[in-house]
Amino acid sequence: MIAFDWLTLLIVIAGVIAVVMPTVGYLTLAERKVSAWVQDRLGPNRVGPFGLLQPLADGGKFFLKEAPIPRHVDKIFFLLAPAVSMAIALVALAVVPWGGTQPPPDPVATQGVEPAAVVQQYADTQGGYAKSFNGVIVPGLDVGVLVVFALGSLAVYGVILGGWSSDNKYSLLGSLRSSAQIISYEIPLGMSVVGVLLFSGTLNLEGIIQWQKQHGWFVLFQPLAFLLFMVSVYAECNRLPFDLPEAEQELVGGYLTEYGSLNFGMFMLGEYTHMITTSLLMTVVFWGGWSLFGLEDRVTDPIWGAVVKCLILVTKTGFFLFLYLLVRWTIPRFRFDQLMGLAWKVMIPLSLLHLLAVMLVRQYSLSNWVLTAISVGLFLAAGVYAVAFGTGPNNAPRRRVISSPSPPVGEGLGVRGS
Amino acid sequence: MPLDLLDPPADTSTDSEYLYTLNFGPQHPATHTTLRLILTLDGETIVKAQPDIGYLHSGFEKLGEDLDYNQYVTVVDRMNYISPLANEIAWMTAVEKLLGLEITPRCKYLRTILAELARISDHLLAVGASALDLGGLTAFLYAFNEREGIYDIIESASGQRFHPSYVRVGGMMNDITDDVVDKVRAFVPKFQKAHADIARLLNRNKIFLDRIQGVGVLSREEAINRSVTGPVARASGVVRDLRKDEPYLAYPDLQDSFKVVASKGGDCLARYLVRMGEMAESMKIIAAAVENIPSGPVNVDVEGKISIPDKTATYRSIEGLIQHFELFMWNRRWETPVNEVYGANETANGELGFYVVADGSGKPWRARTRPPSFIHFSLFPMLMEGHQISDVPAVLGSLNIIAAELDR
Repeated sequence: MIAFDWLTLLIVIAGVIAVVMPTVGYLTLAERKVSAWVQDRLGPNRVGPFGLLQPLADGGKFFLKEAPIPRHVDKIFFLLAPAVSMAIALVALAVVPWGGTQPPPDPVATQGVEPAAVVQQYADTQGGYAKSFNGVIVPGLDVGVLVVFALGSLAVYGVILGGWSSDNKYSLLGSLRSSAQIISYEIPLGMSVVGVLLFSGTLNLEGIIQWQKQHGWFVLFQPLAFLLFMVSVYAECNRLPFDLPEAEQELVGGYLTEYGSLNFGMFMLGEYTHMITTSLLMTVVFWGGWSLFGLEDRVTDPIWGAVVKCLILVTKTGFFLFLYLLVRWTIPRFRFDQLMGLAWKVMIPLSLLHLLAVMLVRQYSLSNWVLTAISVGLFLAAGVYAVAFGTGPNNAPRRRVISSPSPPVGEGLGVRGS
Repeated sequence: MPLDLLDPPADTSTDSEYLYTLNFGPQHPATHTTLRLILTLDGETIVKAQPDIGYLHSGFEKLGEDLDYNQYVTVVDRMNYISPLANEIAWMTAVEKLLGLEITPRCKYLRTILAELARISDHLLAVGASALDLGGLTAFLYAFNEREGIYDIIESASGQRFHPSYVRVGGMMNDITDDVVDKVRAFVPKFQKAHADIARLLNRNKIFLDRIQGVGVLSREEAINRSVTGPVARASGVVRDLRKDEPYLAYPDLQDSFKVVASKGGDCLARYLVRMGEMAESMKIIAAAVENIPSGPVNVDVEGKISIPDKTATYRSIEGLIQHFELFMWNRRWETPVNEVYGANETANGELGFYVVADGSGKPWRARTRPPSFIHFSLFPMLMEGHQISDVPAVLGSLNIIAAELDR
């Protein structure tokens, strides 16, 4: 077993960042290549063979461009916002189990035990686990899923700060939309994972993978939860069809309007890192993480085993990233009230019902496949309900229109010619 | 110093207390050209939308008074840069009506095909842009692929891709080659495939439909009252199409090959569907016309003293030589009757008319344009009230406002 000391920690952190940062760069290239493929174009092909050096050129451009700071902005928060956005997105990678070398120990029981005994027991089990290399930056973190969600909700701060400090109506509207959107979609996101947690009995991501390794992937038993999770995650990442905070045709750039150069680059980096993190989360929570039909057990050497697991994980993640790109270039975006309607009228009731189904199955120790049937059934029932009783879009004008005579041109509204 | 005690201000918390103004444009991604909208908002809901035009004013009509009837073609091109050929042909309709000129059958067919290509090109952009404004870039680029094909045809006909300046009084700049006919023939099936692609991508897309259904509803009465024309009017149930009602060019021969597409919806979805339908109908016109192009000269006879005679006529006949000479002397040229005419065509956006006042000289005394966009843009405040900011691009895209036409 490899000891996990400070030096290893630093190497792993450096390794993860060194891998993720270029991945973000190449994700932007992939986005452009996929969009070109979808749209019958060639895509970037000037810099390097097949445009492979394009991310370098883009990165260089971000560094070399002048960073304009408009005079009307709140300088501190204006500069803080991109940093917050990027840092939070990167920190969430700390709990991702890239490829464990040993199963995590069970949580330490604390009730009815002397505090000293707890400490001792912790040192024996968790401590030992934390001291060995497990292909994760923070090993043995029993609240792994919660940490990811907590950091995910913090990400809204970057957006809010950026939008507010820009002192621009478009930015402010964008950031307000974003905060409402992220808060709304946190609920179905959390709710769909609760079903998973009820089965696995642990918040530890490594523990969730271990459960799936033994019993089968969660996507088999809770397909609806996975669907809800995926949709919520798209909203969390501000990706189409949920990219309202930066809806170009409505709000110019949303909260990004006033940003340029590296500040903008950091926002972009944060956004794409968020995509990677959430794809990893989808893989780990619903698609068995690094497990693949026992393939990962063929390699017994711990180091090579970790490498194989890491490759499996990365392949699955890559699939979800590709899905992200494909969805973006296929469907248009929602309007804000439709977005909220989807969260509150469709996804939250569905996730509650699904959670209820999970509880019933757990309570009466039914087969997991019963849950699969319920999950699919709920989805179909929702579809049938929508077709049978749906009223269509509510697009009627929403507001009483001012009946007073409009001011003549040149007065009041800042029209030229006054 | 004693404090001045003031009465509390009267409660004037009206709408104006919490409404705010948002400048939408003139530089904005959704106003594809330089439009400005002054939106009064309550949250994200639009209370009042006030269009402000004039950011692209180029004095086109004034220029028309200083250029002769052929020279003004280049300027007319720039009024609607989405479908310039349709503008040229509409301008010539007015001019030839003024001169009482009957163009050759071949020229009629060529102009019809080119006008229909321009209509398709315009509708492709409008449909693509309405998808783009809702976040669907892919349909936009599918549309632009086909626009490239149309540009190729126009280029091989006129030598220019974007602003061809191809039409002349009494004919065309030059006759087309067989190459153009082949390209048009090849374009028909290719376009139908792309048309089906766009329809498959958008027609049943739940998000797309939810965004445009019931947004910006224009009633039939309102459409008539505000003299709305073109696809916008037809989407509101006003079945008027100059190609059917007052056929011009080769349309009398082609009446059987197309139908007028109309809808009762009046919303953005209806306008989108009408445009999609019109493209299919235009394709039928082109397919029918391209097989029936009559032979013969493309320009009117030399005797008309209108069009420039070709080389043979210039060098081999005295009439040709004299006419060539006269047309190229800036103070000779042709004379026009002293008259006022209005000539209009059904272009992609609606009825594009030109009101020409001639004073007998070689230049129009007044060259007034009736641009469809100008009239459609005046609808915008009415269509927008009570909707959301997000609906602004949807409605703007469905009206297909061309700013150069507003501020001509």
